[in-house]
Amino acid sequence: MDSVITLRGAVSVLGRFPALAGVDLDVDRSEVLLVSGPNGAGKSTLLRLCAGLANLAQGEATILGFPLPRRRREVRRRVGYLGHANGLYPELTVAENVRFWSRSVGAPTGDVAAALDRVEVASRLHDLAVAHLSAGQRRRAALACLVVRRPEIWLLDEPHTGLDAAARDLLDALVREAVAGGATALVASHEHERSSSLATREVQLVGGVVTWSRKPNSDERPNEHPDERPNTHPVDTGQADGAPIAVGGGAPHVP
Amino acid sequence: MFRDALLVAGKDLRIEVRSKVVLNQIGPFSLVVLLLFAFALDPDRGFLQEATPGLFWIAVLLSALVVVQRSYALESVDAGRDALRLSGLDPAGVFLGKAGASFVVLMALEVGLIIGVRLMYGASLRGWPLLLVTTLTATVGLVAAGTIYGALAAGLRVRETLLPLLFLPVVAPVMIGGTRAFGAALDGSSAEGWRWCGLLGTFAVAYVALGMLLFESLLEDS
Repeated sequence: MDSVITLRGAVSVLGRFPALAGVDLDVDRSEVLLVSGPNGAGKSTLLRLCAGLANLAQGEATILGFPLPRRRREVRRRVGYLGHANGLYPELTVAENVRFWSRSVGAPTGDVAAALDRVEVASRLHDLAVAHLSAGQRRRAALACLVVRRPEIWLLDEPHTGLDAAARDLLDALVREAVAGGATALVASHEHERSSSLATREVQLVGGVVTWSRKPNSDERPNEHPDERPNTHPVDTGQADGAPIAVGGGAPHVP
Repeated sequence: MFRDALLVAGKDLRIEVRSKVVLNQIGPFSLVVLLLFAFALDPDRGFLQEATPGLFWIAVLLSALVVVQRSYALESVDAGRDALRLSGLDPAGVFLGKAGASFVVLMALEVGLIIGVRLMYGASLRGWPLLLVTTLTATVGLVAAGTIYGALAAGLRVRETLLPLLFLPVVAPVMIGGTRAFGAALDGSSAEGWRWCGLLGTFAVAYVALGMLLFESLLEDS
């Protein structure tokens, strides 16, 4: 299998507290990995580490073949991270925010409208300042920022929070579409039922270490067959400028 | 790098135009500083005119401090700092972009301040080429140093109080050089003024180079 995330004894420290205390993890291309665990287990830090945002105090982390922290810039250009905050500029319009993200990876301008259409942001909202949007609409705008970058790895931290039923379904569809296009997704969530229907594998973090790994909703005992993972293959979905946008990692904008 | 700089500068300036914080708050603040000096020294209008270069640059320095704080405040909303790091933009480009946007804003404020010293202090402005080059080079130095120290302070909880402490002593040479060059321009002694301009230019080049080199570690580690 083609491993896109490899962590070996990864330790990440917040202040003096080890949020990750020696994580070993391999994630293959086209996997949807559900990261579960109680509050403070290190789920968000794990995702931030994979995005090149959290520090790596000890151990090794290789994302898409790039070692962290040395090649973090290359990693960041290839991953999409949706955390608890949306990372939007409130004074800018929805379209301007998406355009900023799109230009940061050199995406064609036509992709902005396509991304907004894909996440079903009503066209009347495109030119509205983000400050005037509801929480759910902001989350959709943040998703559009993610989609327009065509990340190879989607890092989603509690992605369903603040979304209505339709938006939750849309988010799940986006993740499935991205994975079908060759992307990989890590989803940290407390909404186990919802997220496990999306996942191909689940790991549990407790106290900053992975305690078990298994197929979601399976009866197998955790860790019984750690290497038995779904076998999916990337599909090339190259897109033309302005065409309906593909959310997969098949045609990333970065060279 | 320059593409990234334009992207960041365009974003910051667009936000400023939308929010009107510069127009409604920072601009009036700068003029109030000039006005307070005028109140304090008004009985002696001659002294006001004499002290115009120094008072002008103190007002510019305080305005620069607010502009830099504002520049980083834009990134403190909705995890903007993380977003900027995640964007994968060249850190040197981000530095140039943020400094560039601050330069445009500070230059606009300086135009207002020059009009202010003319009207409030009765300063007669001469030696325009020297005045122009002085303000341009001094402003580049101020925004470059401000953008470096702003990034250093931005990740800390005590940023509002720490930034003035870091920034103001460092830019003392700009205030001295700017005041002397400005004074020389007003007196018509250009030769001495150009020498001070050289100091300002050296300061500006040093801080721009330093910012381009160090900005990545400042953005990541502070």
